[in-house]
Amino acid sequence: MTLKKALNRILYYCTIIIYVMTIVYPIFLMTVTSLKPTREIFKNPFGFPKGIYLDNYIHLIVKANFDVYFLNSILIVLISLLFIVMVSAPASFVFARYSSRWNTFFYIYFLAGLVIPIRLGTISLLKMFVGMGLNDNIVSLIIINIAVGIPLGVFILTDFIKMIPKDLFDAARLDGCSEPSVFMRVVLPLLMPAISALAIVIFIPIWNDFWFPLILIKSDSMKTIPLATALLFGQYRTNFGLVFAALSMASLPIVAFYLVFSKFFVKGLLHGAIKG
Amino acid sequence: MAIRSPIPRHKLFMMYFLFPALIIYTVFFFIPIIDSIRLSFYNSDGLIVKEFIGFGNFIKLFTQFPFKERLVNAFYNNIKFFLIVTFIQNFIGFVIAYMITRRMWAADAVRKFSFLPTTLSVIVVGFLFSKLIFNPVFGIFDKILETMGLGALIRPWLGDPVFALPVLAIVISWQFMGETILFYTAAIDNIPREVIEAAKIDGAGHLCMIRHIIIPYIMPVIGIVTIMIFIGDFTQFDIVYAMSTTQGNPAFATDLFGSLFYRAAFTVPARGGWGIGMGAAVSTVMSIIVFIGLAGWMFFFNAKKKVDY
Repeated sequence: MTLKKALNRILYYCTIIIYVMTIVYPIFLMTVTSLKPTREIFKNPFGFPKGIYLDNYIHLIVKANFDVYFLNSILIVLISLLFIVMVSAPASFVFARYSSRWNTFFYIYFLAGLVIPIRLGTISLLKMFVGMGLNDNIVSLIIINIAVGIPLGVFILTDFIKMIPKDLFDAARLDGCSEPSVFMRVVLPLLMPAISALAIVIFIPIWNDFWFPLILIKSDSMKTIPLATALLFGQYRTNFGLVFAALSMASLPIVAFYLVFSKFFVKGLLHGAIKG
Repeated sequence: MAIRSPIPRHKLFMMYFLFPALIIYTVFFFIPIIDSIRLSFYNSDGLIVKEFIGFGNFIKLFTQFPFKERLVNAFYNNIKFFLIVTFIQNFIGFVIAYMITRRMWAADAVRKFSFLPTTLSVIVVGFLFSKLIFNPVFGIFDKILETMGLGALIRPWLGDPVFALPVLAIVISWQFMGETILFYTAAIDNIPREVIEAAKIDGAGHLCMIRHIIIPYIMPVIGIVTIMIFIGDFTQFDIVYAMSTTQGNPAFATDLFGSLFYRAAFTVPARGGWGIGMGAAVSTVMSIIVFIGLAGWMFFFNAKKKVDY
């Protein structure tokens, strides 16, 4: 009996270890490959590099403008996030405080955006941005990110505002606050944890988006990290060190970000999905 | 005669609280999806939309060479792709989730790591696997097969029309397994402890426990995970771009709806472009598939709720 138990335990941990290896090793391999000169990659493909070799990264920034793309990606994420919060927080306040047939309708209308992929509207969006002269400009990407982010913003923030005790609103009303100032003075300060959860969840898809940059962006100064990485791949097919430095540069910020915030992240992502 | 009372002054704020979100979402999300469907009824010359031609694009798409062949091919590939991903992600994802929800050493770390690939860009993962892991010269995958004594199985994975699509499906599963595990672990954690303890006291083994307690409890989450995979896979493009180019190499064996749509709508005729009108027709077919999937999911889970309560 104890032998069987011990065997079970060994089998159990072996499975877990193999699983973790399959997850971590490819990411590890990508990172170490970026730190090797191309010749070493062919000779010693699987292990640690002989020394830390940073030329690939230096080349990316000096010759391939990756600093510009990096900045573009960060700008897009920050501005999109700011607007998503600015427009979805007030809307969520209305949904959480007032229930009427219209509000329920609008709420469901917003939530539909959680399951319908925006890619289905790409043709019309392209035509629209060409008409506005905004294609080949990161403004168009920001606008799309905001539109995609609003449903999630409304969803997470509405639920959160509903959890704020009603007495708090009543007290503020008695003190003479109008509804907009209840929102500004009572709700907004309390909303900060929910806003950070929202920011953490939305950061990743915005940073990683490849489809819309590929279709809308042509000029070099407007490229984002994923688009630049993909194009670099076509250009330097055989320079393995360089292309894996690009892949690492596209991933490591987000991996670090996730490892730091993973607690909030899980909360934000699961919010409602399990309860609902 | 009833006179409609004007909106009370203090409620006017609701309009300008709702308005910005409503306008942006409607103009840049809702209308484009409807408008793309409308455009599929028009003739086009590149990006320029010309006259209304009714179902002309669809008739071409469903009956003429090469449109019909490409569409049918993408449809079958996509179904295959979806089935493989759904099976791997749900099955392995559930097994791992079940294992790590039991009390064990380092369970938190395993949970944390399991989500790591999901945070990466699909493009990055695609390049990582096609150029490094499955590299025919120094790829680790072939090396592992060799050391296991399965060297005879080695082949150019992404060049083989039979194996290329499953390889893409496995890579996507590798990436999004973390999401599935995250949902399943959370759902299993949510099952009341007493229920599980009671089953244990009654002597339920693992299989019995999974079949009669865990699966019924987490059924709604299985539904959410599956519909997410469905929608993601039927609009999947990035993995094809990264691993087998927009042509769906070899010989369209990995061509999915996403890559067909991209080629048809946004590339020049020499690279497979069909013009905006035909591209819109392809995207309309995708929309219909997505909506059928969503309707099926909602129908199934409404029916389930009625049985449950």
